[in-house]
Amino acid sequence: MIDFWKRFSRNRSAVFGLAILLTVLFVASIASLIYPEDPFRLAGKPLSGPGLNGFLLGSDSLGRDVASGIAHGAKTSLLIGLIATLAAVFIGIIFGAFSGYYGGRIDDLLMRVTEIFQTIPSFVFAILLVAIMKPSIESIVIAITVVSWPGVARLVRAEFLSLKNREFVQACHTLGMSDLRIMLREILPNCLSPIIVIGSLMVATAILIESGLAFLGLGDPNIMSWGFQIGAGRTMLRSAWWVCTFPGIAILITVLAINLVGEGLNDALNPRLRERQ
Amino acid sequence: MTKHLLSINDLSILLPEGADRKCAIDNVNLTLNAGETLCVVGESGSGKSLTAKAIMGLLPAPHVRVGSGSINFGSEDLVQVSYERLRQIRGSEISMIFQEPMTALNPVMSIGNQIDEIFRYHASMTKLERQGKAIQLLKDVKLPDPKQIMNTFPHELSGGQRQRAMIAMALALSPKILIADEPTTALDVTTQAQILKLIKEMQSTYNSGVLFITHDFGVVADIADRVAVMQEGLIVESGKVDQVLNQPNHPYTKSLIAAVPSLTPRAPRKKSDESVIEVKKLNKVFGGEKSFFGFGKSKRIVNAVQNVSLDLFQGETLGIVGESGSGKSTLARCIIRLMDYDDGDVSIDGTNISKMGRAEMRPVRAKMQMVFQDPFASLNPRIKIGNIIAQGPLIQGKSKSEAEARARELLSVVGLDSKSYDRYPHEFSGGQRQRIGIARALALKPEVLVADEPVSALDVSIQAQILKLLDDIRIQMNLSMIFITHDLRVAAQVCDRIVVMRYGEIVEVGTTSEIFSNPTHDYSKELLNAVPGKGWEKENKNSASL
Repeated sequence: MIDFWKRFSRNRSAVFGLAILLTVLFVASIASLIYPEDPFRLAGKPLSGPGLNGFLLGSDSLGRDVASGIAHGAKTSLLIGLIATLAAVFIGIIFGAFSGYYGGRIDDLLMRVTEIFQTIPSFVFAILLVAIMKPSIESIVIAITVVSWPGVARLVRAEFLSLKNREFVQACHTLGMSDLRIMLREILPNCLSPIIVIGSLMVATAILIESGLAFLGLGDPNIMSWGFQIGAGRTMLRSAWWVCTFPGIAILITVLAINLVGEGLNDALNPRLRERQ
Repeated sequence: MTKHLLSINDLSILLPEGADRKCAIDNVNLTLNAGETLCVVGESGSGKSLTAKAIMGLLPAPHVRVGSGSINFGSEDLVQVSYERLRQIRGSEISMIFQEPMTALNPVMSIGNQIDEIFRYHASMTKLERQGKAIQLLKDVKLPDPKQIMNTFPHELSGGQRQRAMIAMALALSPKILIADEPTTALDVTTQAQILKLIKEMQSTYNSGVLFITHDFGVVADIADRVAVMQEGLIVESGKVDQVLNQPNHPYTKSLIAAVPSLTPRAPRKKSDESVIEVKKLNKVFGGEKSFFGFGKSKRIVNAVQNVSLDLFQGETLGIVGESGSGKSTLARCIIRLMDYDDGDVSIDGTNISKMGRAEMRPVRAKMQMVFQDPFASLNPRIKIGNIIAQGPLIQGKSKSEAEARARELLSVVGLDSKSYDRYPHEFSGGQRQRIGIARALALKPEVLVADEPVSALDVSIQAQILKLLDDIRIQMNLSMIFITHDLRVAAQVCDRIVVMRYGEIVEVGTTSEIFSNPTHDYSKELLNAVPGKGWEKENKNSASL
């Protein structure tokens, strides 16, 4: 673990990203403490600029506090990003593992299914799914999961394909080990590093998709989110710039931070890069 | 005193900090004369390849760099010359042949184009002249139908042909020095013999100096004029080939030469009549299946194993010998049911296992175990050694404490410290890992051990140790063994009987002494003749008998 941290911290920007990410996490976790009221509540004079009328980052056209929205929205974004990614990684591992391990017909079948999902533009597909299921936090998580698992499946399949013919796996066959055990205990631990890396980057993508959906009005109407805030303020961009800008910056730095961390993980976990240093 | 073509004086190459030693090579002195072949011999990690790379200026800078010393070529010091000058020298005055011709050639350029490139950069000739020269070169290296070869791509040629093309490229501008870095290690013995002969011929035609890097003393005996033996970055001994090979002075050289397995077969042992494994008319075909929707061409069909029948008797070691692509590994994997075969029968102790399902196979698995070739790929990097060995007994239904006790016992049987139990594979060397692999195979108390090239990835001194270990274990545990190898020297030392395979078929079966003294099939004769260092072997025997 110490060794891992040493390799990770060699990448300065990754440490920087991690610091931002921890800050965002911190803000999200204390959101209900610093802004105990509902973020949808009318808190004061509409369209107050930043610093005016007791609004740290201003208020929107209905007098909602932008700062409160950002704090509560952080919770939404991170939660959706994390859950959707975990679900996508889980499905991706199952598809990829079976397809790579068994090959042949099973591989053909599973990969054709994967390709069907890959051929549809992911954001359009997500919109479609949310529109069909009615916007709610569950439907958004499902939509994001559905559009993002094929990448994981492809990656896991490739790893399984190359690992299943390694001699240590063959040795397990000669010992009479069951397939499931070989997949879970022998092969999967050896392809965890790339899965962790792709997973961390998928969290960032998931946050972007969620914001996009909320921006288009397809977010959960009862939950505050950054995308919703931007969508609400977009018509007043010229008169009240702060309504869009601050949530936008929040998305930008969160996604950037996650990407930096993902890259740092890649550097730390990828054995080939490790040798190069 | 004549001036040397190349002289390396007190050359040291520094390794990056944190490496296991400070210098890759330390104070190395070498000289090479025109028309001479200097062999640099050593085990892996001895610094022999880095020496060659330093001459070409190909060190992986800035991590590995020349610390001190000079490489004098003509009036220049190759350590000091500018990068531009070095580029002129490379290819035209000093050229290099690499170990793996597939990766050394550009896969998307035709052979003709790649040769042409050399002339384009180094000489001013018209296109037609260049073409004629290239064809002449391909003819010189004895490639069939040079005109056609010009238009082929590397993947369309065999390993030997590719290496010939590499040599043609290296010789394109008649360099004064040819550096060959293990040029035949990736090749089969018969091809190796041809390539060695070719290098010899080319050398006498061009009168160039050849710096030949190898780990194989047989090759040294065949090709060298002078030899330098390297150990951990130092040259421990150098001299004329006869002297170094036949009267080595340094203990390291002595131990290396002693570790080279002799071609004289071992003394025959008493043979049992009880058959353990019986293989009848086994066939295995690769390819032929169609794609999912039935579109496209069906894949090329390869008959990997054709109509093979053999018996393994109790307590014997049966060698399966052949070149790459002969189907020996496929056969072994079919016998042990790592692969399904198309038809034929395999029986162990009289039980036919060819129709058994997975569950039925499980108890039978314990009877046959395998030792793999690559010690680095055959152990799961994420599992501790103890668990790797204990896995087998656990799966076969032993209790946890029983399995652990067995694993600890086996660690000592294969000569490893009991502390190894809680370590991970990457903490061990190649030879130690191979010991762990053997321990894993023995954990189930098998009757038959199938060893697939168990020593071919190891250095010669370690190879000798592992062979000895296998031999001891076989006697101790009363094992029967199928031993797959491409190396006839190893086969001679290990096997009681030998099966020679080619193109998936058995061409000859006989006791080791029969095959070595009196091979009947042409292919067996060809294989035996191609073993490098045969002449040296004879000399040795004569001097030993005196």
